[in-house]
This record gives sequence, structure tokens and C-alpha cells, in this order.
Amino acid sequence: MYTFPMAPLDVSARVLRNTRLSADYNVLYLEAPVIAAASLPGQFVMIRTAAGTDPLLRRPFSVFEILREAAGPPTGISVLCKRIGPGTARLYDAAAGDSLPVLGPLGKPFSLVPPPAEAWMVAGGVGLAPFASLAEAFRIAGAKARLFYGGRTRADLFYLDWFESRGVALDLATEDGSLGAHGRVTAPLDEALRTRADGLPVTLYACGPEPMLKAVAALARLHGCPSQLSTERVMGCGLGGCYSCVVRVRGEDGTPRFVRSCLNGPVFDGSDLIWE
Amino acid sequence: MDLSVRIGSLVLKNPIMSASGCFGYGLEYADIVDLSSLGAVVVKGLFLKEREGHPPPRIVETPSGMLNAIGLQGIGVHRFIREKMPELRRLGAVVIVNVCGSSIEEYVEVSRILSDVEGVAALELNISCPNIKEGGIQFGCNLASTGEVVAAVRKATTLPLIPKLTPNVTSVSSFARAAEENGADAVSLVNTFLAMVVDVETRRPAISNGMGGLSGPAIRPIAVRMVYECANEVRIPVIGMGGISSARDVLEFMIAGAAAVQVGTASFVDPFIWPKLQAGIEDYMTRHGVVRVADLVGTVAFGR
Repeated sequence: MYTFPMAPLDVSARVLRNTRLSADYNVLYLEAPVIAAASLPGQFVMIRTAAGTDPLLRRPFSVFEILREAAGPPTGISVLCKRIGPGTARLYDAAAGDSLPVLGPLGKPFSLVPPPAEAWMVAGGVGLAPFASLAEAFRIAGAKARLFYGGRTRADLFYLDWFESRGVALDLATEDGSLGAHGRVTAPLDEALRTRADGLPVTLYACGPEPMLKAVAALARLHGCPSQLSTERVMGCGLGGCYSCVVRVRGEDGTPRFVRSCLNGPVFDGSDLIWE
Repeated sequence: MDLSVRIGSLVLKNPIMSASGCFGYGLEYADIVDLSSLGAVVVKGLFLKEREGHPPPRIVETPSGMLNAIGLQGIGVHRFIREKMPELRRLGAVVIVNVCGSSIEEYVEVSRILSDVEGVAALELNISCPNIKEGGIQFGCNLASTGEVVAAVRKATTLPLIPKLTPNVTSVSSFARAAEENGADAVSLVNTFLAMVVDVETRRPAISNGMGGLSGPAIRPIAVRMVYECANEVRIPVIGMGGISSARDVLEFMIAGAAAVQVGTASFVDPFIWPKLQAGIEDYMTRHGVVRVADLVGTVAFGR
């Protein structure tokens, strides 16, 4: 279980900006300096999307970017949202100046591999959500980072210039072939792992649909790479109270058990996860 | 201002407790909640042995509520005593353990084991979980079985004994009476309402167990009615719960007859709710000139 360096806070965060990337995706910029200063790549926040009781529960979101003004201290965070239900629809419609209760930071972050190991990030759709802050951390650490990023179509792939401008090499894939490789993103990943320089150590960081995570875990095993996978689960509380967000892992004694992704994750070692 | 309430031989510093299954083992919240400030911490249900629970998805949101079928995942009574109780004691929490069983023997055994543990203030008997096949609700939906399990555990412990009742019966007050007649010190209610959500796109139930228990503000008025009925049926204290999200809701339950309350789903939404509830009750007492919160219990007045 991850020990928090700081107890999570619940703040009323002002919406600084809402950038709608497409008809379904948006990035919400939230003023939350204390949460931002304590947040590490891979951690998440629980956002209450409405006052009142409907929708009732908060929604979990990975910390996408940690916002700064120039070289100053962090001012807030952004979250990448995909509109899938009434809660995310409200976040899609949010306006600058609105306030939203934001609880965080929560969960176990990614652990950063030091250079010369390379960090290969693998994102499927809204699974891009934890990777801007992670890419930034690798840039600061001087580690070489690469992003394998897949979506249904080219209009579902975002922030490409952002990653490129930070020295992240992009390998794209779309299911309709409209941009990058035709098909799933795990195909170019497999190819790159096969053809990489002899002895090049690579750690895989992945977030996306469960079949993609499962495929990344299998490729990591096949090619002898460690993998850190950010899981997505329906969460009730984000703090370990409700036991809703479990994933099945191999316990220390080797037997399968359910653990809470909010406390033991959301980032797991790919070799520990057991797929349903 | 006196916020203390009495549950059998147990005096709580205030009437607000966490609800079992909604607050882990309490320690999950120790960084952000002063556990000693709660009337009691009611921990997640414990069987004799560890239990894996149901596969996800385990919850689904509903209008002003949520459905859960966790399946009583838990670490078992022995690990709880070893791994959780020392820290709970150190933090000064008043601990009420929710006791589960697949048989009367298991309820008795778990209760007997907990009776010898320093810091366990009372036992809540879970005869009302709607989400598991064996045990739980099979005892809570039959008057004779309810009486039998309460009587058996009563012989095994001197701790205050609080059967937690299910609302999924025709007359919950008759179950409160059965609990009282067989030696319960209090009853708590309501557990969740058995319910179902279907995903129309896939034509499958929204949670893995098919059905689950409904909680949250959506159930509150029904829970208040049931607490009222039970409080009028029995002389032992009634601990009320079901959708409490504000001090106003706490007061509503108490005025309807609850000697104390439990808060579950609302602390998922606002984990910092506890001092806010207490402050709201104090504000109400000031405004209404109430000196002892216990004086509010069962004061609902009919007629205009």
C-alpha cells in the first residue's frame, strides 16, 4: 500500500479554462495549488461534478498536467475527460469560473525509471490521461520517453504537438487507419520492442482499455520488460472505504486476491495483475 | 451542550457513527478524520476467515443513490484483531465490530473471540447483508432465525449486542421485537434495499452480482419511517441509518426515534463530513434551546 506524503485535501477548485478537444473530449484546468504541489504522475483526484445528489458520487480522474506559471510553483492541475455519462457531461459543459470540489492527490504514482532506461508510454483513447505529467517528469529527469498512442480515428488523438515539443517520440495507431498504423496500438509497440537495440532497457507505462492493458502486460513478459499499468475502475470513494474498485492481483503468497485500486493502485506492476 | 447518547451500557460521546461497509476498518481514514471524534467507528463486516467478495463491477450509481454488491470482502476476525485493533486503540476510536456468519456457530464464534479483545465496545450483528448467498439475510428475513441467532450470540458475549436489520421484509418492527425479546441491547437499521439496475445496451445487470443493495439519499424517507416504526415497537435503542447526508438528516432520524445514527454513502462523497455534522447538530441545539441531544429522540409530534 502506498503511503501518502500528504493527506488528501478537498478543495473547491476554480475552473481556469475548459478546452474542448472534440465532441467528447475536454481538458479541464483547475486551480488547486496545494493539490498540484503534492501530486505525482499516476495519482488521481476525485471530482464532484454537481452540487446536490444527482449524480451522487465523485468521479476519479488521473492528474493529466501539473500547471505552472513559467518556472513558478504549481498553480493547479488539468484532467483529461471523456464524456460518457451525466457526470462527465457536466465536466464537458463546465465554464471558466465554475467551482468544483476536488479531492486529492490520491493513489499510488508511477515510479520513474532512471536513464539510460527508456520510458515507453502506451495510451489507448482517454488512457492518455496520466501521461502529460509523466512525460514532463521524464523530461526533467533527462530520461528518453516515447508514446505509443492509439484511438478509434485521428480525431480521437490529442496533444500530439505537446508531447513532440517535449521530446517525446510518437508512435500512433488508429483503428480506421486515418492516422499512424492501422489497427491497435499494441502492434507498433510489439514491433518496436522486437527491433529495439540489443540490451536497451525499457519500462512500459500503460493506461487504456483493459484488453490493451492485458496485451501490454503480455508484451512486457514476452520481451522481458517491467510494466506499470494504470487501471481504471468504478470508484465509490477513492479512499479505501467502499471496496468498489478492486482488481485481482497475485498476493505475496502467490494466491489471487482482490485489492483496492484506490489504495494499492491505480498503478500496478503488470506482472502482479490477474485478468478476469 | 451534551451530545452524548446511551446504547445499552455503552455511552457514546455523540450520536454519529460510521456505517459498516462504508468506512473500511476506519484506519483508511485516520489521516483525514479524527477517529476519536466519532461516536463510534463501525468497521467492515468480519467473518471468521478472510473472504474475497464479488468480482467488479461492484457498484453502480442510481438517482440520488447507489447500488452495491461488494460481497463482504474482508480480512477475517483474527487478522482484524492483529493488524487493525492496536492502531484503532491507539487512536482512541470507540470500535463497534460488525459480525458476520454463514451459520449460527460462526456468529457465536466470531462474537466470542471479539469479546476478549480490548477496545471492542460493542458488536453489531450483520443478519441483513442482501448480497451473499449463505448467511446474513437468511437469518434476518425469518423471525425465528433472527431470534435464534440473537439468543445464541447473547449467551456468548456480555458486550452490547446490536442486530442490524434488513428493510427487505414486510414488517421490520417485528424483527426489532424478535431481537429485543432474545436479548439484543439495541437494533440498527436499515441495511440496504435489495435492488437492480440493468444496462439496456448490453441487457445485463450493471453489477457483477446481478442484484445489490440500494443506499444513499434515495432511501432516506423509507428508512426514517422504518426507524419510527421500530422505535415505537421496542424499548431498546434504535440506531438509524439510510441516506443521512447532513445534520438535518441526523436530526430527522433522531426526532423520528433513533437514539444514534450511522452515516455511510455520504462519507464517500464527502470524507470530511463528520465535524460538519456535529457542528450542524450543535447549531440546531443552540437555535432550539436543546441542552441534551438525547432529549430529541422520539419527539416527533403528530397532528397539526
